[in-house]
Amino acid sequence: MVHARRGGIGRYYDVNGWLFVAPVLGLIGLFMIYPIFWSLWMSFQSGRGMMMKFVGFGNIVRLWNDPVFIKALTNTMTYFVVQVPIMILLALILASILNNPRLVGRGLFRTAIFLPCVTSLVAYSVLFKGMFATDGVVNSTLAALGVIASPIPWLTHPFWAKVLVIIAITWRWTGYNMIFYLAALQNIDRSIYEVARIDGVPAWARFTHITVPLLKPVILFTTVISTIGTVQLFDEVYNLTEGRGGPSNATLTLSLYIYNLTFRFMPNFGYAATVSYVIVVLVALLAFFQFFAARERDK
Amino acid sequence: MTNGIGRATRALLTYGFLGLMAFLSVFPFFWMMLGATNSSIDIIKGRVLPGAALATNVGTFFTQVNAPLVFWNSAKIAILSTVLTLTVSSLAGYGFEIFRSRHREHLYRAMLLTLMIPFAALMIPLFIMMGQAGLINTHIAVVLPTIGSAFVVFYFRQCTKAFPSELRDAAKVDGLKEWQIFLFIYVPVMRSTYAAAFIIVFMTAWNNYLWPLIVLQSNETKTITLVISSLASAYYPDYGVVMVGTVLATLPTLAVFFFMQRQFVQGMLGSVK
Repeated sequence: MVHARRGGIGRYYDVNGWLFVAPVLGLIGLFMIYPIFWSLWMSFQSGRGMMMKFVGFGNIVRLWNDPVFIKALTNTMTYFVVQVPIMILLALILASILNNPRLVGRGLFRTAIFLPCVTSLVAYSVLFKGMFATDGVVNSTLAALGVIASPIPWLTHPFWAKVLVIIAITWRWTGYNMIFYLAALQNIDRSIYEVARIDGVPAWARFTHITVPLLKPVILFTTVISTIGTVQLFDEVYNLTEGRGGPSNATLTLSLYIYNLTFRFMPNFGYAATVSYVIVVLVALLAFFQFFAARERDK
Repeated sequence: MTNGIGRATRALLTYGFLGLMAFLSVFPFFWMMLGATNSSIDIIKGRVLPGAALATNVGTFFTQVNAPLVFWNSAKIAILSTVLTLTVSSLAGYGFEIFRSRHREHLYRAMLLTLMIPFAALMIPLFIMMGQAGLINTHIAVVLPTIGSAFVVFYFRQCTKAFPSELRDAAKVDGLKEWQIFLFIYVPVMRSTYAAAFIIVFMTAWNNYLWPLIVLQSNETKTITLVISSLASAYYPDYGVVMVGTVLATLPTLAVFFFMQRQFVQGMLGSVK
């Protein structure tokens, strides 16, 4: 059918194809492509509210001298560097354990670990804020177990506030990543594992030499998705640490800073747009780097 | 002998680890439900036993929050956004498969690239656009930017590959137009794909926060997520009341998850195949 039409007019015009695809492309064009270019244009302007004037690279220069921006960037990168590897590794380990068909209560464990994905980012942030209060349930449990002598100031100490954000996102997203790995593991022939087991390959070596290499495309996919998510972190930080970014901006993220620049401080759309482009560049660079790293190891 | 002990130890470690992970995953839900029955002071003090304050908390919640309106707002946004997203994305998912233009794959890849655009970079222009269109404080403004989702199109296209092309050819021989094939054959056949996508998109829309926070500034238009956030960020939050709110906000997505768990997991799996 296709071949019969090759060279004919159908090669250039496919009215039905275009018609089916047009609505979504129109919407993406209007609500994503157009605003992203507008944002780029704005990042070369500065001013209060709608009174903007062209400043060229003025905003970019301002970035370097803005300690709050540097803080937000450092925090965002810290979350990314610490949290994404922990979560991916944990999700991989859980998936490879839960992939064993002889495991008792497999379905129950899967459901339990996946459950956090159902909650809204706001609802769980609010829950965590309560659980990690100074004399809250987490501190009192840790104290009862003898792990800590005095309560940890989760919400008020710059270091612990960051740890709390990392704990929170790990809780919410590990199960989500695990599901992707479980799906991919189901496509791997079980006999590979059986042979390795009979040959006496220990569990950890089976994990690093069979599971991880075979799941590489999916690991890459989840890493990129998690990177995009972490770099855009907003809801959790806003709701865990009073909407301001924690004790002396200790948990401030780039997205929250953009929100503050736009809606909390004297609005400066131009500078906020410049900060938002930092996120665009970060996402692009990190994704590119991850694709590159994955490709290199193939050789 | 050593092997036997080793196996037993390993089983103990495995189940211990899984048990701990499962416990940590489920505990906040448990704590949330207990919290709804306790007074604010007891919650802050870390009480993990059922209390007697449920009626008081529910009462306070319903006097502080116009719950029916807030739920209606959330439901309206979530359902509208889901129905429109599914319509537009399934059309495109089908379209990209029947499309014979040589530009098809370029267009598709360009569309997938938009997945990398962070929302933070869009929110200021979108906010100005909605302002110019006079849509601030309307639910339309919340829904509009969420409809065109490259991810959902991707999902539909992946699943469309399983749609038997013989059905389409047969329908063509019978003289059906392309839109008739879509409506009368594709949609019924792809029921389970729609179900899974429904759950995913509904949950995302119900739980959406940042964009509604920007656009919905009047109390009459606010969603449940916005209300919980503002209850919890009060100077002295009444945690009992906040817990009632989080329970109520989580129940719909929990219910959807438990009733449609199979399709949900399948939906997630479908997108990586």
